[in-house]
Amino acid sequence: MVIGLGHYLTVAAVLFTLGVFGIFINRKNVIVILMSVELILLAVNINMVAFSTHLGDIVGQVFALLILTVAAAEAAIGLAILVVFFRNRGSIAVEDINSMRG
Amino acid sequence: MTVTAAFFYLFATITIASGFMVIASRNPVQSVLFLILAFVNAAGLFLMMGAEFLAMILVIVYVGAVAVLFLFVVMMLDVDFAALRQGFLQYLPIGGLIGLILLIELIFVVSAYVIDPGLVRSPAVPIPAADVMTNTEALGHVLYTRYFYFFQAAGLILLVAMIGAIVLTLRERVGVRRQDISKQNARTQETAVELRKVPSRQGI
Repeated sequence: MVIGLGHYLTVAAVLFTLGVFGIFINRKNVIVILMSVELILLAVNINMVAFSTHLGDIVGQVFALLILTVAAAEAAIGLAILVVFFRNRGSIAVEDINSMRG
Repeated sequence: MTVTAAFFYLFATITIASGFMVIASRNPVQSVLFLILAFVNAAGLFLMMGAEFLAMILVIVYVGAVAVLFLFVVMMLDVDFAALRQGFLQYLPIGGLIGLILLIELIFVVSAYVIDPGLVRSPAVPIPAADVMTNTEALGHVLYTRYFYFFQAAGLILLVAMIGAIVLTLRERVGVRRQDISKQNARTQETAVELRKVPSRQGI
């Protein structure tokens, strides 16, 4: 049994769906939403590396590295905003984030 | 079933199961720990695909830095996590529906794609054979030459993120006596000490 591109793409698809699902069902906790975003970015990275290997082109791995960088920066900024928000409002529930009436 | 397939299914199963536990776990601390497990197993998948450098970076950057940052914030915020779980079932039907639709669409894409044969024959930068150059060397040869501006932009993004995080969380406390060196150096003998002649038996 040969493990090909389709197997990796399936794993990435399931992981991506889990991330989107996590964003939908967690309406009380911003931290879990940030973790779901990390899962989505991990799924994208798996796709990038799978195509890079399958097509024999290393550029996919370069871009996976850049996605990793942006994901780390996003996590740092997101958690900093979360800490400031908790300091001001005393809560991290999504329903309480309504001061901009969005 | 070969060893490769066995390892693929091991890594894939643990990655997906722990990814599910990240969003389903009751305690956010457990969510972070499952996130670490998912990243470690995804690094195993990267190793199987031949991206050794990215696998190690995933372990170092994600498990070593990002996940620990998450854990730090989860433990630092004093949140009543039991109250956070209320309303969990409220959004389950709509979330499950959208997730199911998305999954079915992605499975359709995965099962029915056709890759243009011209793409396979003409990669932009071909991966060198493993006995010629290691994965890390090959990545460096491309990243520092052809994609150097992207590399610099990534560094700039990290710098902005670092400054932004510091500026956001820096708190100016009032009523704290802090050492001010310029103020200390500006003091002279005249402003600090007053010398008076005290007559005998009179006091000041």
